[in-house]
Amino acid sequence: MAAETRPKRPTRWHIGVFLAPALLVYTAIMILPLAGTLQLSLFRNIEQHQIFVGLENFRTLFGDPNWSVGFWNALRNNTWFFIIHMLVQNPIGVMLAALLSSPRLRFAAFYRTAIFVPTILSFVIVGFAWKLILSPLWGVAPHMMDLVGLKSLFTPWLGKEQYALTALSLISVWQFVGIPMMLIYAALLSIPEEVIEAAECDGITGLSQFWKIKLPLILPSIGIISILTFVGNFNAFDLIYTAQGALAGPNYSTDILGTFLYRAFFGFQLQVGDPNMGAAIATMMFLIILGGVCVYLFLVQTRLRRYQF
Amino acid sequence: MSTATRSLPRTVGAHAILLTYTAIALFPVILVIMNSFKSRAGIFGAPLTPPTPKTFDLIGYTTVIGQGDFIHYFQNSLVVTVASLFFVLLFGAMAAFALSEYRFRGNSLMGLYLALGIMIPIRLGTVAILQLMVASGLVNTLTALILVYTAQGLPLAVFILSEFMKQVSDDLKNAGRIDGLSEYTIFFRLVLPLVRPSMATVAVFTMIPIWNDLWFPLILAPSEETKTVTLGAQLFLGQFVTNWNAILAALSLAIMPVLILYVIFSRQLIRGITSGAVK
Repeated sequence: MAAETRPKRPTRWHIGVFLAPALLVYTAIMILPLAGTLQLSLFRNIEQHQIFVGLENFRTLFGDPNWSVGFWNALRNNTWFFIIHMLVQNPIGVMLAALLSSPRLRFAAFYRTAIFVPTILSFVIVGFAWKLILSPLWGVAPHMMDLVGLKSLFTPWLGKEQYALTALSLISVWQFVGIPMMLIYAALLSIPEEVIEAAECDGITGLSQFWKIKLPLILPSIGIISILTFVGNFNAFDLIYTAQGALAGPNYSTDILGTFLYRAFFGFQLQVGDPNMGAAIATMMFLIILGGVCVYLFLVQTRLRRYQF
Repeated sequence: MSTATRSLPRTVGAHAILLTYTAIALFPVILVIMNSFKSRAGIFGAPLTPPTPKTFDLIGYTTVIGQGDFIHYFQNSLVVTVASLFFVLLFGAMAAFALSEYRFRGNSLMGLYLALGIMIPIRLGTVAILQLMVASGLVNTLTALILVYTAQGLPLAVFILSEFMKQVSDDLKNAGRIDGLSEYTIFFRLVLPLVRPSMATVAVFTMIPIWNDLWFPLILAPSEETKTVTLGAQLFLGQFVTNWNAILAALSLAIMPVLILYVIFSRQLIRGITSGAVK
C-alpha cells in the first residue's frame, strides 16, 4: 500500500482502512475455507486424528464402487441438467429478449416484470409448487392436458426414474429463464442505433436482421450467460433437495453433485457423514467449475472480444 | 427507430409469444395463491377457478399461523438479510472506492482476488466453513449466517460498485479535497450519495439469494431458534404433506413478501440490469 504516484503523502492509511473490512471477511470466510476444504480432501480421519493420505480419498471416490457409482451418476445427471439449461433456457431467454427489445412494443415493462417473477422466488417455493402441480393427486396437470386432448401423455413425471431429472431441469429452466432474458435484453438495448439503421438501409430487417446483425453482437453476453449457467448448474442443490429430498429419488435418478456432496458430508440413513470425502467431492466440483471458467476466460472470451464495441 | 421493422402480423406474433410465456411464468404462482384461499373441497374440486364465496376458506392460514413459528422464522430471515446487506453494501462500497479511486501497488491484483468469488461459489468451502464455525462457537447463531452471506455478496458488490464509482466526477472529489475534506468525508458525504442508485441495484442482487438460500441455514443454523423462513418453510412443508390447505397457505405466505418487495423494486432491479451493471 505504499504511495508512489502521489509523492506528497508517504503512507495513505485510508486505502488500507477502506479495503480492510471487505478483505478480512472475504478472506476469512470465503478464501481460507475454500483452501481449507481443498486441503481437507487430502486428509483422512483415522482414530480421531487427521492423517495426511495424499490422493487416497480421490482413489476411494473413483475406485471404490460404493462411491464411484454415485459420483459418476451425479456427474452424468449434472451434465444432463446443464445440457437442458443450455438447450432450453438460453434459447428461450434469447428469443424473449429479442421480442421484448423490438421497438415500440407495448406492455414491454409488464412482460419483463412478469417473466422475471419466478427467478426471485426461492427453490423451496418453486420445488413445492411444481410438485403439487405435477402431482397426480391434485390433478392440475392431467386436467390441463385433458383440455388440449393430451391426457394420455400424463405420467407422474417426478416419480419416474426416466423422466424425473428432465422434469426437474425444466422446472429449473422455468425458474431461471429471466436471467438470460434480462442480460440479453440489456445487450440488445446497448447495440448502437447506427448499426441497426445501417442494416435497414441495406434492406436487412426482421429475422435476418436478428441473425446477421444482432446475434453476432450479443455473442459476448451469450458467453457470459453460458458460464453463469455452468457455474450455477454444477453448484445446484436446493431444487433437487426440496423436490426430491437428500436421497434425490427415485433411485438416485435426480442426484447431482450438490446433493451427492450433501449426503457424503452429512451422511444419510445408515452411512455416517465423512467431512474428508465431502471435501474430496467439493474439490472435484471446484475443479469442474474452475475448468469451465478457464475454458470461458481463455477460449471463449478472447475470441469474442473482437465483437465488442 | 425506423418504421421498417414494424408490421402488424409481426407485432401480433410477438405479443402472442410473450403473453404465452407470461402465462407460463405466472401460472404456478397464481394457482398456488388462488387455491390457498379455498376449502379442501374447493382445492380438489375446481383447482383452476378462483375462490368463490362457496369455496372461500382461510383454514390453511389459520393452521400455518397456529402450527409453525413463522413469525419467528420471518424475523430471523429479516435480521440475517438486513444485516448481511448492510455489511455487503458498506464494506463493498469502501473496497470499491479504494480500488477505483486510488492507484496503489497491487490494485489490479486485489481487484482480481476479490473477483475470484464471483465465479467460484462459496458453497464449495462449506466443509471448512462448518469447521470454522464449530471452532468459534458460532454454529446455530445468526452471526454465522451473516458472516457467510457478507462474504458471499462482497465480490459482486465490489465489482459492480467500482464500475459505477469510476463514473463519479474527479472534479467533484478534487474540489472536496481542496476544501480540506478528509478521504473518509469525501467517500461518505460525496461519493456514497452519488452512487445510491447502483447501491440499490447491488442490494437487490444481494438480497434475493440470501433470502432464498437453503444450504447454509440447513448446515450452519438448523436449530429452532435460528431457522430462517426458507428453511422453516421447507421443514414445515415436509411435515404437512397431506394437509393441502396448510401447504398452499405456507407457500403463499412465503411467496407474498418477496413478490411485494419485487413489485416495489422491480423498476430499480431492471434498470440496474439493463443499465449495464452486469457486463
